Amino acid sequence: MRMPEPDAQVLADRAGLVEALRRIVPGEGVIADDIELRAYESDGLTAYRQTPLAVVLPASVSQVAEVLRLCETRGTKVVPRGAGTSLSGGALPLADGIILGLGKFNRILEIDYENRAARVQPGVTNLAISQAVDHQGFYYAPDPSSQIACTIGGNVAENAGGVHCLKYGVTTNNLLGLEMVLLNGEVIRVGGKHLDAGGYDLLGLLTGSEGLLGVITEVTVRILKKPETARALLIAFPSIDAAGDCVAKVIGAGIIPGGMEMMDKRATEAAEAFCHAGYPLEAEALLIVELDGPQAEVDHLIDRVREIADGCGASSLRASENEEERLQFWAGRKAAFPAVGRISPDYLCMDGTIPRNRLPEVLTRIAELSVKHGLRVANVFHAGDGNLHPLILYDANAGELAAAEAFGADILRLCVEVGGVLTGEHGVGVEKRDLMGVMFSEEDLNQQQRLKCAFDPSGQLNPGKVFPELHRCAELSQMHVHQGQLKFPDLPRF
Amino acid sequence: MSELLKPGDAAQVLEAVRWAAASEKPLEVLGGGSKRGLGRPNHAGHRLDLTALSGVSLYEPEELVLTASAGTSLGEIQAMLAQQRQQLAFEPPDLADLYGGDGEQTIGGVLAANLAGSRRIKAGAARDHLLGVKGVSGRGEEFKSGGRVVKNVTGYDLCKLMAGSFGTLAAMTEVTVKVLPAPEKTRTVLAFGLADEAAVAALAQAGGSPHEVSGLAHLPAAVAARSAVSYVNGANAAVTAVRIEGPAPSVAHRTGALREQLAAVGAVEELHGSNSAALWREVGAVAGLLPDTGAVIWKVSVPPIDGPAVARRVLAEGGEGYYDWAGGLVWLALPPSDDAGADLVRGAVAAVARGGDGGHATLMRAPEAMRGAVEVFQPPIPALAALQGRIKEAFDPLGILNPGRMYP
Repeated sequence: MRMPEPDAQVLADRAGLVEALRRIVPGEGVIADDIELRAYESDGLTAYRQTPLAVVLPASVSQVAEVLRLCETRGTKVVPRGAGTSLSGGALPLADGIILGLGKFNRILEIDYENRAARVQPGVTNLAISQAVDHQGFYYAPDPSSQIACTIGGNVAENAGGVHCLKYGVTTNNLLGLEMVLLNGEVIRVGGKHLDAGGYDLLGLLTGSEGLLGVITEVTVRILKKPETARALLIAFPSIDAAGDCVAKVIGAGIIPGGMEMMDKRATEAAEAFCHAGYPLEAEALLIVELDGPQAEVDHLIDRVREIADGCGASSLRASENEEERLQFWAGRKAAFPAVGRISPDYLCMDGTIPRNRLPEVLTRIAELSVKHGLRVANVFHAGDGNLHPLILYDANAGELAAAEAFGADILRLCVEVGGVLTGEHGVGVEKRDLMGVMFSEEDLNQQQRLKCAFDPSGQLNPGKVFPELHRCAELSQMHVHQGQLKFPDLPRF
Repeated sequence: MSELLKPGDAAQVLEAVRWAAASEKPLEVLGGGSKRGLGRPNHAGHRLDLTALSGVSLYEPEELVLTASAGTSLGEIQAMLAQQRQQLAFEPPDLADLYGGDGEQTIGGVLAANLAGSRRIKAGAARDHLLGVKGVSGRGEEFKSGGRVVKNVTGYDLCKLMAGSFGTLAAMTEVTVKVLPAPEKTRTVLAFGLADEAAVAALAQAGGSPHEVSGLAHLPAAVAARSAVSYVNGANAAVTAVRIEGPAPSVAHRTGALREQLAAVGAVEELHGSNSAALWREVGAVAGLLPDTGAVIWKVSVPPIDGPAVARRVLAEGGEGYYDWAGGLVWLALPPSDDAGADLVRGAVAAVARGGDGGHATLMRAPEAMRGAVEVFQPPIPALAALQGRIKEAFDPLGILNPGRMYP
């Protein structure tokens, strides 16, 4: 992975940097020991590793601001990090940069049931928010599968999704406010417990900005009352086409399920072998449809989805009759990644999104690519929203990483070709950085980088991520005005 | 000389903006012009009218997605969706009566103003439904962001930035929006005679219930009396309204549960079909529910529980108001004054603010001179104002797109 050329001067004065950081964050808040630094050398994308210059773990907003100001002055790069569960290398360190870890920001600051909001620090885990409000019957809706470990700050940076986002939205739809610190140390608050703050929507822009614009130091989220009940249907289909048809017809009937997940035969087999969820192994495609809400609604919709599935040629169908059974249906799907991990030494998890109705065609072509690259693939699919997770099976020790990456890149190009996108919920990071040109023109990417310049004119926040080519802000701001071409004869004027 | 530029396609929009950039001629970017009265007065000499960019190029009901040219009329899109029993779930309000004039709303205009109706509390704002955008920046360059799928984190989310930017960053040429099934059934439960605080407490309880309510409003007695719905105007009392939408058996169950909840605090009634639809249309349209005698109209967004405290402070010397979004959206009509009541309203918002998270107040309707004299949008703190300025510069360094519409 090609990363920005390290700054020799910054590398040379590591000792000076560490000393200056220790003046801001005393004691164990600065890590510079080579062995201790190893814990930070990669995130959830373990294929890439890099030891940072140092790790700093500030405990207050003013420390974050001081650290950022110091780094700005010294020309040191900064990589913000939550729990380090990114699957795209968003928190991959830089050789001439520090890791700014938000782990000490782990407090829930306020829970406000009347306004249905929770104000938390960025290092609080996703699940901890739901747990903190559970006793009052509330929860925080987005539920990425790493929710035990991943932090809300990281969720904001990556705009994390989950299995319930078709009905309840992704992170960006569930945020009310943010506090962030710019590289120059300025602290900015946007939103709060009210809706739609005036001015440009910085809340929306920062969400999913992958740590390139600012460091998030506080998050206000919307909390929801838990649905009265939830039931799931486990439906087997003899073909991917039939399963895809069923998904389209459920939505066409005006039903938005709480979750709608699909697995292909290989993923189903791996999941069943791993946790004995009772999945029908003859199925070419397995669909889990979950309905949540009042009992009357759920029972009614279960019947309607059952009719639709029968009409689409389902080969078997079970509806959960109790909570234990519902969780059993989910057990295999939720364990699909580790289950696939058991049938292969290594795997790469891809994350493209496609228009749902292109699924059969895309899976057929992924199967062809599997033959071409000589690697197996298992497919797990958030069928409701078109987010596809092909798991490419490979063996790094057998030198298959490059082939797996090439296979993955082909899959993502295919997603874009059929009208989809490179990443649905994992982020661009370093993993998909060099594919950005497949989806965006140079002008599109330059415009995005001009925005970065508005936040970080010296390009020190998480450089080397998201954008394949880095340009200087001065160069990006130049305009090529078409002087002397003032006529524009084709333009209708009145 | 002032010109009206009316490009017929995206290439001509590009050409128009390039012409403006090359000759440094500011443009007033607009769709149907139905919301020209919203924002600071525009002094651009030339008008860039996008209404000829019209037509739906993609609508796949089972994919819940629609792509249209930015100037496509909202009515045309809504009619098309209704045929498939679908809708724009953010419930764009029709503010025609607030601003007068006969301009027709366009999809681009609705998104550029980031307007959302009562369903905002459940379904999100316009910004949450914009999946993809194409436009021309003030640099005279075409760009796109997003796509046609719901789940997408590829690059910065410029859709969010375009929504609510009032044409000050780019002229949008094409938008792709998420569409959703229209509810099979709708019911509204009314409670009568509640004081503002008690009403907002009841709305908080309904909003914090598992019943997925899609509208939470409260109309004080004088406001309720202006409603065209007989159950509301005949109440001779304040009216608190809770909307329930969904499949029939579910709506029946939830309506029953919420009726019971509200009956504990006041007399209740239930609206069906057209009465229910008419009430929520009025709540979104604003003008019909507030006094029209030259009043200036403010929209205040605060944490829901704080709505009544803001209203009480502002209305102490006269005026009227009502609540949407469970109390978090307060519409206020004030008698005309030198500063349109800006100090009073923003002072009241600041008074309920805690820990730096205030709310915000937007002057939605006032005579043009007044909109030029006071801040129409909530003035940001200096660091935020500077950042917004740099964002504007990143898209429109020459300041040729809707100059001054949002901030001086």
